[in-house]
Amino acid sequence: MKAAPLSSVRDGDVLLLVGTAKGAFVFRSDRSRRRWEKSGPHFPGRSVYAMAYDGREGRNRIWAAPKSLHWGAELVSSDDFGRTWSQPETPRISFPEKAGATLAHVWQITPGGTDEPDRLFCGVEPSALFESRDGGRTWALNEGLWNHPHRPKWMPGGGGLCLHTILTDPARPERLMIATSTGGVYRSDDGGSTWQARNRGIKAYFLKDKEPEFGQCVHKIVHPSGKPDRFFLQHHFGLYRSDDAGDSWRAAARGVPSDFGFAMATHPRDADTVYIVPLQSDEFRCPPEGKLRVYRTRDGARSWKPLSRGLPQKDSFDTILRDGLATDRDDPAGVYFGTRNGWLYASRDEGETWSAIAENLPQIACVRAVTVAGRARARRPRSAAAPRRTVRRRKAA
Amino acid sequence: MPVRFLVPGPLRDFAGGRTHVEVAGSPRTLGEALRALEEAFPGVVRRVLDEQGEVRPHVNLFVGEDCVRFGDGLATPLPEGCEIAILPAVSGG
Repeated sequence: MKAAPLSSVRDGDVLLLVGTAKGAFVFRSDRSRRRWEKSGPHFPGRSVYAMAYDGREGRNRIWAAPKSLHWGAELVSSDDFGRTWSQPETPRISFPEKAGATLAHVWQITPGGTDEPDRLFCGVEPSALFESRDGGRTWALNEGLWNHPHRPKWMPGGGGLCLHTILTDPARPERLMIATSTGGVYRSDDGGSTWQARNRGIKAYFLKDKEPEFGQCVHKIVHPSGKPDRFFLQHHFGLYRSDDAGDSWRAAARGVPSDFGFAMATHPRDADTVYIVPLQSDEFRCPPEGKLRVYRTRDGARSWKPLSRGLPQKDSFDTILRDGLATDRDDPAGVYFGTRNGWLYASRDEGETWSAIAENLPQIACVRAVTVAGRARARRPRSAAAPRRTVRRRKAA
Repeated sequence: MPVRFLVPGPLRDFAGGRTHVEVAGSPRTLGEALRALEEAFPGVVRRVLDEQGEVRPHVNLFVGEDCVRFGDGLATPLPEGCEIAILPAVSGG
């Protein structure tokens, strides 16, 4: 199966990178965000839990992490918006022999700050952090986290033992925050050399000790722009806010029909605005009352308001996974989410109204919204994407 | 006599498009043959074996007619001039 490429991509276009259980899709629209062009599936049959866009230093690079049930998980990249993919002979990410572990899946790809344009991170299963300092050519296991004394006691959640969230801080490049399920939140203040659990206040109802130092099942953390110490967190049960960079967390679920959910996303400019999709219980994991609603806070999680115009309000048995919700950088902000039943919804008015831009896709695992900037298609990246020989494929890898 | 690998479709890009690859020398075991194959085509072997050197769980290797999963694994002795088939298992969802 050959994935038709996007017809063209211009500066200012909005891309949606959509990873699914059966491949990846790339959607494109101009800034109006009214009509969407689809490209995909790329890597048909392979599950893609993580995608990312690196627009630093004039790059227009898409990263994706397809996993073949047979041949393993890999990290691939495209510098032409998915027309071709660079897949090194030797997979970029693998555990060193002494770690005794094998890569099961890549759950998160996170470019570093603009002041470190060649730094990238990946969170993987089994829970570990990998880092590249050369634009993604080579990767190394973060030994500080891997050798953390808590790690052998981390337990897999329903999706596996995965490191699914990586947050960098533009104001403090030495500060990193990660979340693993289950294990919880860990923060490094020295660039990743050492890590400390940061779960105080997060209640683990599923454990004997309800407020352990670690072991929480954190589903997602987000970091609003312009507030270096503010974070919001969606737990297995519970919504939380921190104003001290995770040193402590306080409950912030006032006004939601359920404090269970997976996904969470920030507004591109307003640090008080956050989006979530509540789900009923940890057993059913479908929208409460069969009504698919995004909830938004405009006051830093003191209150939440349902957003439902254009979304199914009856018999919705869908699930939105932890990376299935995203916002773009535009004004008004676009909000997007993908569902386990393969629906991709978009709002171009900050969540007030919604429409489906795709349906019957495979189960959607991740959605990333990207505004293309900087001479799309024209510039070659500063650093090559792959070491050694590279297989470039026009069709699915 | 050299042994010959049958390369499955999804891995042929890593073997220069070949359906079959012969490895030089006279490897005595399947593990030795894979090491020889890796020298020429590392992209094939890194997708057959994981980073700890184990055969991936959904890949089957046949020496002649026999699946090594039910035998000696990578220590399986190789008859002279045998064919080794790399086959994806019937699994998925």
